[in-house]
Amino acid sequence: MTRLGRHLLSIEDLDRPAIERILDRAESFDEVSGREIKKVPALRGRTIVNLFYESSTRTSSSFELAAKRLSADVVSIRSQGSAVDKGESLKDTVQTLSAYDPAAIVIRSPHAGAATLVAGWTPASVINAGDGKHEHPTQALLDVFTLRRRLGSLDATNIWIVGDVLHSRVARSNILAFTRMGAEVTVCGPPTLIPREIEALGCQAATTLDGLENADVVYVLRMQQERMRDSFVPSLREYASRYQINPARLNPNQVLMHPGPVNRGVELSGEAIDSPQALIGAQVRAGVAVRMAVLYELLVGAPALAEVA
Amino acid sequence: MSTQRLFHRDRDTSRAELLITNAHVLDPRAELDEPHDVLIRDGHIAEFGSPGSLSGVGGPDIETIDAAGRHLFPGFVDPHVHLRTPGQEYKENLETGTAAAAAGGFCAVIAMPNTDPVVDDAAILGSLTEAARRQAKVPVGFLASITRNLKGQELTEMAELRDAGALGFTDDGKPVVSAGTLRKALQYQRLTGGVIALHEEDPDLSRDGAMHEGAVSARLGIAGIPTLSESTMVARDAALAAYEGARVHFQHLSCVESIEALRHAKAAGANVSAEVCPHHLTLTDDMVRTLDSRFKMNPPLRTETDRQALVAALKSGLIDCVATDHAPHAVHEKEVPFEQAPMGTTGLETAFAALYTELVISGEIELATVIERMTAGGALYGLPIPRIAPGEPANLTLVDLDVRFEVGAEGYASRSANCCFHGRALQGKVLLTVAAGTVAHLDRMSTQAPVAR
Repeated sequence: MTRLGRHLLSIEDLDRPAIERILDRAESFDEVSGREIKKVPALRGRTIVNLFYESSTRTSSSFELAAKRLSADVVSIRSQGSAVDKGESLKDTVQTLSAYDPAAIVIRSPHAGAATLVAGWTPASVINAGDGKHEHPTQALLDVFTLRRRLGSLDATNIWIVGDVLHSRVARSNILAFTRMGAEVTVCGPPTLIPREIEALGCQAATTLDGLENADVVYVLRMQQERMRDSFVPSLREYASRYQINPARLNPNQVLMHPGPVNRGVELSGEAIDSPQALIGAQVRAGVAVRMAVLYELLVGAPALAEVA
Repeated sequence: MSTQRLFHRDRDTSRAELLITNAHVLDPRAELDEPHDVLIRDGHIAEFGSPGSLSGVGGPDIETIDAAGRHLFPGFVDPHVHLRTPGQEYKENLETGTAAAAAGGFCAVIAMPNTDPVVDDAAILGSLTEAARRQAKVPVGFLASITRNLKGQELTEMAELRDAGALGFTDDGKPVVSAGTLRKALQYQRLTGGVIALHEEDPDLSRDGAMHEGAVSARLGIAGIPTLSESTMVARDAALAAYEGARVHFQHLSCVESIEALRHAKAAGANVSAEVCPHHLTLTDDMVRTLDSRFKMNPPLRTETDRQALVAALKSGLIDCVATDHAPHAVHEKEVPFEQAPMGTTGLETAFAALYTELVISGEIELATVIERMTAGGALYGLPIPRIAPGEPANLTLVDLDVRFEVGAEGYASRSANCCFHGRALQGKVLLTVAAGTVAHLDRMSTQAPVAR
């Protein structure tokens, strides 16, 4: 039987049946999002706290929408202008917020392990919305959701993750999620941006795009400006010449993904972004349904399942 | 008269008067490994005899400890502790730090100078040694910094610091980045004496790293500290030491490559020595998967290959001694995400039990070797080696090897609780520590209870 724990801190918390359970639930919530009244009463009277220590557009807005569509009361806190800015420790902030008796705390932090710590300080369920360069499990779930819809199944698919793997929590969660769902994963990027011993996560590593033609899915990561300043790459121009995904390097059967926000003309060419094989818009749309499913499964679903079992 | 270099509470303390009977005495340097009675009088080992031979010798009133089934070792000496005094007494002070040392069986410790202010002039060292003479439960030796305020630029007044009692010099916590500056310190050592101890790390390679660079850091997305940030500096400084004929001690080595650099240096005749920490001998970076900041220290926990190489080097004597690098931090400082937490673990109270449980019981290393390496740290700085022999000052520790305990379950003698072994079941409990002839730690409940078996 499938069991979800109380928290979602890492993809490692989920086995394949648990991932599938969340995706199936997301399918039904996606149907809700197509209705005129996009709301179900599942979490009525319960409180969700979004605690964001890093700027975020799509993750924070989709968590907020997801909670609201489940009829929860939502409090969103950003580091700017809050007690966090005034030097309050993470522990004190979490304990203060826990006094409101939230059902869940969704946390985004620039530091690995923040969500795990928070889980030890609050009776609420904790959802990791990104911790440092460690993990971003709901992004991985929505990516798997999007791919499953497009391809039917990830079994035996060949997925390339291209770009700045070293600094990417999305890459780490996706390597784990894609391989759990039966895919073969290759990470590819400049040698300075591929972590030593990344193969230990169960993927292959490449430093050129040779072999990209064998990929079913090309998942492109954001290339940040500051990487150039720290000499990870000599220039964005040279990076783009070697690693940019554009129509010349893609074949029409491949699907293209990106977690956003895109640096148009750096890691992806404009034509690639706007091509029909790009699933970038579908990824964003999936965000709400998948996060609704995660909230539902953590806060409502598990006990019901235990009764069935 | 020679300069005093060890300081402890020397007023209002009573010299030990104690009869320990039937203890299994293990002092590898004296080739002792059998049951004995030991009579301590006026803080010295007065008599030493076969089991039962000393009963009544100490008079009717002498406190007697029946140590049948327990082990008596020469007191351990820790060449690397942070007592956080002056300036960070909320983490540790001279009294709690030395109480932790005594609870771990240590009869002497050597304190690092990276305090606030840094121990970089004779006046600061003078006030510290004076404080130790009021508060320290076991003798403390002090290292002064090599450079002023640990900036790595100007040398401290090393000669004056030596006259004020400094055992040696280190910028521990930081490397001496400039080879030219270190070279001058090594040259100046010819005038001042005193071992120069080095924290080896190339900050340009370790950058903002928070753990070992390898499979686990790749998984966690935490910036890694490559082994070569340590080993390249060991190799560089071994070359400097050999060229200048200087006496250098490498602190807390953590990896295979450093061991190879050390081997090369010793084979070439350089006057170098090295220490290794219990956590590097028993734990690996796999523990960091928990993201528990107790496992964050510098140098970081490395791989199983490194760990095994460190054990082998300690066994062979290539690495000369064990050092805890006892580094207390307050709870609120460590209760933060891993990357933000300060580096360091406490270690005084768990050093012996960790090594005994994880290495001796598992058969990786002999008990006698552990005792030899845990008592060798002071001698590297010119201090006498504790010995169990008639006429010697009493520096010894009584341990029950069969007692298992949960680390931290009864709290710590240290002011801080950031122990990487916290919660772990360890075996080998220190019951009694006599340091410089004074009872520094006595677990009366356990010593009077019959041996549980």
